[in-house]
Order: sequence, then structure tokens, then C-alpha cells
Amino acid sequence: MRRVAVSRLTAGWQQSGRAATVREHVDRYGPLPPVGHRGPGSLIDEVSAAGLTGRGGAGFPTGTKLRSVASGRGPAVVVANGMESEPASEKDQALLARAPHLVLDGIALAAEAVGATEAHLCLAQGRHWLTDIVTAAVAERERARLDRIPVTVHTVPERYTSSEESALVHWLNGGEAKPIKTPPRPFERGVGKRPTLIDNVETLAHMALIGRYGSRWFRQAGVAGAAGSMLTTVSGAVARPGVYEVEAGAPIGDVLALAGVEADAPAVLVGGYFGTWHAVSEVAGLALTKQGLDPVGGSPGAGILYVLPAGECGLDEAAGIMRYLASQGAEQCGPCMFGLPAIAGDLSQLAAGRPEGDPLGRMQRRFGQIAGRGACRHPDGAVRMAASALRAFAADAHAHARRRSCLASSRGTQAATVAMAHSRGGGEWR
Amino acid sequence: MTLKLEVDPIACDGHGLCADLLPELVELDEWGYPMIHDRVPAGLAGHARRAVSACPALALKLSRVPHEKDRSMASRPGPAVRR
Repeated sequence: MRRVAVSRLTAGWQQSGRAATVREHVDRYGPLPPVGHRGPGSLIDEVSAAGLTGRGGAGFPTGTKLRSVASGRGPAVVVANGMESEPASEKDQALLARAPHLVLDGIALAAEAVGATEAHLCLAQGRHWLTDIVTAAVAERERARLDRIPVTVHTVPERYTSSEESALVHWLNGGEAKPIKTPPRPFERGVGKRPTLIDNVETLAHMALIGRYGSRWFRQAGVAGAAGSMLTTVSGAVARPGVYEVEAGAPIGDVLALAGVEADAPAVLVGGYFGTWHAVSEVAGLALTKQGLDPVGGSPGAGILYVLPAGECGLDEAAGIMRYLASQGAEQCGPCMFGLPAIAGDLSQLAAGRPEGDPLGRMQRRFGQIAGRGACRHPDGAVRMAASALRAFAADAHAHARRRSCLASSRGTQAATVAMAHSRGGGEWR
Repeated sequence: MTLKLEVDPIACDGHGLCADLLPELVELDEWGYPMIHDRVPAGLAGHARRAVSACPALALKLSRVPHEKDRSMASRPGPAVRR
């Protein structure tokens, strides 16, 4: 039988319960190999051979991105994305809080590999507790003179769309933390118009281990097409919600079992707020990978599983998430600015069993009109989630459309929706 | 060489002049923002240029698509924006 849980990034988390110091970190993983002696190939070759893909949700091959930035003109910039604006994800915060030096090692290696002369680490503005941990870790390394390139920690306004990579570039260049029109992509022209590598903090932490142990070691976990381990966040109707490190390719049912999924849980949101709703039985046997979820139109996103409680109406939950996403747009592109609130309204009417006109028909038309028409992928992700809810909860949707209550509400108590539990204030962009 | 019509969704304020001047390629959604059929047939190039220069937000752009890309795009039928 395959392993499900692994301890690479998460080694020692249970015991310590706090951030590892440099000393503990080096005791656990060994020192970074000295510059120029980092394994048989260059780091870029090793990362490519390892098959590491981005852990922020998009899953782009990291080696390819490193190579593009390295071959750009002029000195490069490295940006570590630790914003984690996805409300259903906690893995980046957990990683930075427990193993900040893995991330900082990754930044150092990446900076060296792409020829960067500056490095930035972006965190969400409101998370003072995390900023304190990370800045202390950076200061510790400065005292120990570990890094050739200093890392600047930034706290960026936290909106769902402000963690998008072009938004971070815009903010670091002195603008608002809103996505901007691409191309040029950041790897071509990003911070200070220089080639810019933007990687999720978990991706960088994996890089720190590949830099030490090499690509063959990395591939000892995972499956073909999805190498290594990945951090997942499991929440909702589970006995032990939290962050779990699992082998890439682990079946979703096994990951849910780690967290103690409730036996009668009807549905799961896979991939977070931009993800897709499915019956638990539909996806339990599928790998939590792009390939595994492709047949049902899903994607692991940043490794997120939210389990719907048995008494909860899935449409109600989806409507709450849609209202949240509608409030979190950058207010720049018309189709997103007007389309998402319209769909959120349709879905809310339906969930409440008080349809005006034909919300199902309106939504199907609006889905087709809105996707692909923003400067960033915010509208596309929101539409994907809403459309999947209508598929996964089709019977409930038709019952509500005829002003009947759904099966879920007859099962009793309503839990607080994720959207409500996680919603953050609006506020500034700069 | 073919012309491609694009809108910058950030710059666009939904004035809607483009749909008046170029109804063959531009339709407005229910909020007044343009949905564009991006490949401009040769016969409409003049009208497309007029729509571009009339846009008060300077949000419309015409660009040339080289032949090679052209062919691969031609294999995908239908408008760039599905309804």
C-alpha cells in the first residue's frame, strides 16, 4: 500500500509547535551545499529533473519558469508569494510559521540560480503574528550572514485578487495591489522592469530540499506527472481540520481520511474558492493532481479540500463563496465588477428558494459571457466554482427553483458557511 | 497577415461606441461591456480602425497576427467570446 502522509516540509512540526531556529533547521536538514557545489547539475537542471510544479495553484513547471527568468535580460528579481489569500487554505501560513528557513533557503537558491540581485517576500498585511515570525527568521539569518542577497519582507493589502502575481509586481513597483494587464508577463518584465521570478513559498521550500538532496530523492515520493510531496489544507466536516503533507498523487479519499472525514459528508469543494464541487463518492478514488481530477473537470489548486457538512445546503455555501469573490475583485474590469455580483445574486436567490424569474437560465448565460473577459483569472475561477455547484447540487437547484427546500435543509442544523468564517474586510489596495 | 481586435478590460469603461460602429464584430453584454469577435475580416478593417480611434477610453487595439499563428487560430472556429 502507498504511503499517504509524508514528513518532508513538515518534519518536526508536531513536536516543536513553533518556528524552527536556524540551528534546529540545519540539524534537521543539513546545511545548504556551498555556492557552486550544489549537486551534480545546476539547480535549474535539478528542479527540472525533479518535476517540481508550482504549489500556489497554477501548477506550472518550476524548472521552466526558472530557466525563463535566468535567460532574461539584466539582473533578475525573486519574489516569494506568501500571501495565501485563499480563505480555505492555511498551508503557506503553517509552513512559514513552522519552517521559515526552508522558504528562505529556497529564496537564496532561486536567487542564485536566476542571477537575482534582490529578493522580496510578500505576506498579507493583517497577519502580524506571521510577519513577526518571518522577520525574526530573516534577522536571524542576517546575524549569521547566511545569505548573499538580503530578503525584504513586505506586508501587502490582503484581498483575494492582490496575491495574483501581476498584482504583486504592480505593488512592488509602487502601484496598487491589483492585477495588471499582461503581457508582458513578470518573467519577462516585472519588478523594476527586470525579469522576475514569482514563486509560491511552498514551491521555494521544495526547492530548498531539492538543492540539498537532488531530483532523484524528490521523485521518491509522488507519481508520474506529479512528483514529490504537497501540502494540503483539509477543513469543513472533518474531525481533525488542518494542514497535511501528502505524497503527490494520493487519492482524495485517503487525504480526507487523514483528517477524519465524517462518514455522511455529501460533497467536497476541491481546489478552494476557484475550485469545483463534487460528490465525495465521485472524487474519493481520484488522485489529488491535475491529471487525476481532469476527467471530472477539477484541479487541486493549492491542495485544498473543504468538506460540506451533511446538514448544509451546498448551494447556500456556494452562494456565500460567490458573494465573497464578488466583493474581492479588483474593481477594474466590467464583466467581473458587474458579472460576479449578478451571479452571486442569482445563486443567493436560488439557495434561499426565492427565485425571481429564472436564475438557473440567467446563470448559464452569464457563465458563458463572463469567463475569459477579465485582465486576470478572477472571473474565470469564480464562474468555475459557481457552475460546478449547479452540477454537483443539480437536484437541490431544481428543487429550490420550484421554491421547494432541498434535501440538505431537511437534515437539520446549518453550519456556518466557510465564506462567512473566512471573510475579510475590504479596505485599501496600497 | 490578419488583423485582430482586442479590448483592454481594465481601460474599458463600457461606453459602447465600438458596438455602434462595428456591430458585425462587437456585441455588448447586459452591462454594456463589449464582447468581441477578435478576428477582423479584410472587408471590415476600415470600420475596425474607426472603432479603435473612436473609443473614448483608448481601450481598443488592432494588432497584426502573423500568418503562422493565423492558421492555428483559424482551426478554432467561432468567436473568441462564447455566448
